[in-house]
Amino acid sequence: MQGSTADQNQADIAYAATVETAEHHSEHPDLRLFGFIVFLVSESMLFLGLFVAYFAFRVVTPEWPPEGTEELELMLPGINTIILISSSFVIHKADTAIKQSGDVKAARLWFAITIAMGATFLAGQVYEYNHLGFGLTTNLFASTFYLLTGFHGLHVFVGLLLMSTVLWRSRVPGHYSETSHFGIEATEVYWHFVDVIWIVLFLILYLL
Amino acid sequence: MTEAQAPHLEEVEVTPWREYFSFSTDHKVIGIQYLVTSFVFYLIGGLLAELVRTELATPASDFVQRETYNELFTMHATIMIFLWIIPTLTGGFGNFLVPLMIGARDMAFPKLNAIAFWIIPPTSILLLCSFFVGPAAAGWTSYPPLSLMTNKAGEAIWILGVILLGTSSIMAGLNFLVTILKMRIPSMTLNDMPLFCWAMLATSALQLVATPVLSGAMVLLGFDLLVGTNFFNPAGGGDPIVYQHMFWFYSHPAVYIMILPAFGLISEILPVHARKPIFGYQAIAYSSIAISFLGLIVWAHHMFTSGTPDWLRMFFMIATMVIAVPTGIKVFSWVATVWGGKLNLCSAMLFGMAFVSMFVVGGLSGVMVASVPFDIHVHDTYFVVAHLHYVLFGGSVFGIYAGLYHWFPKMTGRMLNEFWGKVHFAMTFVGFNICFLPMHVLGLQGMNRRIAEYDPKFAALNVVCTIGSYILATSTIPFVVNAVWSWLAGPRANSNPWKGLTLEWTVPSPPPVENFEEDPVLAIGPYDYGTPKALDFVAATLAPAPALAADSLE
Ligand code: HEM
Ligand SMILES: [Cu+2]
Repeated sequence: MQGSTADQNQADIAYAATVETAEHHSEHPDLRLFGFIVFLVSESMLFLGLFVAYFAFRVVTPEWPPEGTEELELMLPGINTIILISSSFVIHKADTAIKQSGDVKAARLWFAITIAMGATFLAGQVYEYNHLGFGLTTNLFASTFYLLTGFHGLHVFVGLLLMSTVLWRSRVPGHYSETSHFGIEATEVYWHFVDVIWIVLFLILYLL
Repeated sequence: MTEAQAPHLEEVEVTPWREYFSFSTDHKVIGIQYLVTSFVFYLIGGLLAELVRTELATPASDFVQRETYNELFTMHATIMIFLWIIPTLTGGFGNFLVPLMIGARDMAFPKLNAIAFWIIPPTSILLLCSFFVGPAAAGWTSYPPLSLMTNKAGEAIWILGVILLGTSSIMAGLNFLVTILKMRIPSMTLNDMPLFCWAMLATSALQLVATPVLSGAMVLLGFDLLVGTNFFNPAGGGDPIVYQHMFWFYSHPAVYIMILPAFGLISEILPVHARKPIFGYQAIAYSSIAISFLGLIVWAHHMFTSGTPDWLRMFFMIATMVIAVPTGIKVFSWVATVWGGKLNLCSAMLFGMAFVSMFVVGGLSGVMVASVPFDIHVHDTYFVVAHLHYVLFGGSVFGIYAGLYHWFPKMTGRMLNEFWGKVHFAMTFVGFNICFLPMHVLGLQGMNRRIAEYDPKFAALNVVCTIGSYILATSTIPFVVNAVWSWLAGPRANSNPWKGLTLEWTVPSPPPVENFEEDPVLAIGPYDYGTPKALDFVAATLAPAPALAADSLE
């Protein structure tokens, strides 16, 4: 009997503790994530504007890509696409780890892998740039190609910065926990966003 | 709305003046920072307008060179739009009023709020610095290929400035959207919200959705200008029409960013000074949303003469005219609100009623230019200049003045001088109409816009316009003197000088740093004027002016 009361007390205390922290953080529970998603809506409009402009340019140009422009290779960007899409699953693992068991260690590992994959993607893109037979100002086709992929690459780079920040912050024990992990969640959402944009880009630039 | 909050009035903690020069995260401080900086730019933009008008007083370009003239009107428009109207209405009034009106202690993201403001001063200085290298001279629309050919350095600064100001505007919009949707006191549903908050909600949505597209256009234009790509340059296979689409996809909604908050201010001001409930609360609220939605799909009415195919022109013409419906709903609601009311003709109300009438003139000429055959006739003439100033000056600026007179006591804790307020109003109203009414005629007679020299047959009316513009410019003096003097030494304002029913009037003037000690509870709708409940409410909020010890200047 003695033991079970003690357990009961323990449970009460633990419960009280969660309520406390929950209240502390629930001042405006989903405010930041909501704000972040609104921000991504606005980012999507930037890309949407550029996509529509791309099609407009394509329509007014008699031949697309113009004669004499070197064909785009599919091999490297294809691999790159696979890497980027898989990295979206990896980063989701980090998020699950923290949400379900507060396992910061696992989350850190998954983040590190995602960073490596993102960096590989960027390296691949730089390699591709260096081996293309056209430059930024060669023609309208080339300009739109570099601008769109470059803009996306910039977003990948920002994603890497975000993930590194999360890694850096998570070295402090307790900075991220089961109940408080906005940084991780937001980074994940951002990374998925970057991924979706890439899929659209890959479709319209390489396949269409 | 709240229970009486009189007791703690004597020792109100007022923001010390140094805060106004610092990186404060208090929404009230940031709001006033916006208002004051933008007003300075209004004066600068106004000065440029006077130079433009002085040049136009005579048919020859004898006052300034043609090139200088182009720079002057380009910078005039740029400053008026990006540094005066938009920051004042959204950043200034939005920041000061929205949290108070919804019972919140601050905006959702106070630091982001401060950053959004602090982007503006350095950017505006950058823009002004472009005068040393020859500022942008292709008009505020900056159409390529012209913008790629004139004043390259100035154009580059202009592009950078627009991108930065756009970023600031997106940040502000995001903050307002989240604040309004998530930070209301629990007892306030969207339908209990003051109409200004509805207007800000619609405005923020536009800022978020439309501004990024402008940034995209600016990036492409910047590449064309500096790197030598040919996105918009027909000489290299590019298409300048794509620029126009992207530009107007932002800039048409931008005119609603510049007018919706003013609509909101007017919807607050008219019922208070007419002592009548607002007519058609929901109609006004939802029409803001309708306007911002429709505003996003009509941009190409600016491109009727850009080779747009006929069927598209028909679509954009009809869609544009449809916007007259929600706008008309608003106007009729305001008129019905004032109709038969017991009007208090103070300066705020005078500007408010002038807003309605002047905006109607601008709105009507707007419907006229929305019709394709008419627009083809008056495109790029002074008719357009007249139209846009009736909307932007007779609308937005009159709305801003109404708001300044109405909330000055709340912001500063001092009353403005009513006599000089009325002098200011009379001069503005008369000067404005003398300046801009004749431009309709000039436009119909065929005088082109954006020209420094014109046919002498237009000379007489242009002299009239220029005289009007001088009256208009002079009218600013009584306002500035009145505002500065009253801020320093005007009579003290109590917490609810106009006997308003919205939440900001339940806190002392100026509001304490924390806004509300506890979450207020709604006791009355925002516009229930003329009910016994309203009398009780006002009696409860009418605390005496705070003691002099709380003076921020000491
Ligand atoms: C003292 C008051 C003002 C005067 C006398 C004035 C005068 C003028 C004139 C004469 C032009 C035409 C330049 C030309 O076509 O060559 C012009 C253009 C313009 N003004 Fe004003 N203005 C005043 C206030 C404002 C305000 C408050 C706004 C608010 C946003 C504004 C926005 C614009 C814009 C957007 C243009 C550009 C039209 C274009 O690009 O052709 N103005 N102004
Ligand atoms: Cu428009």
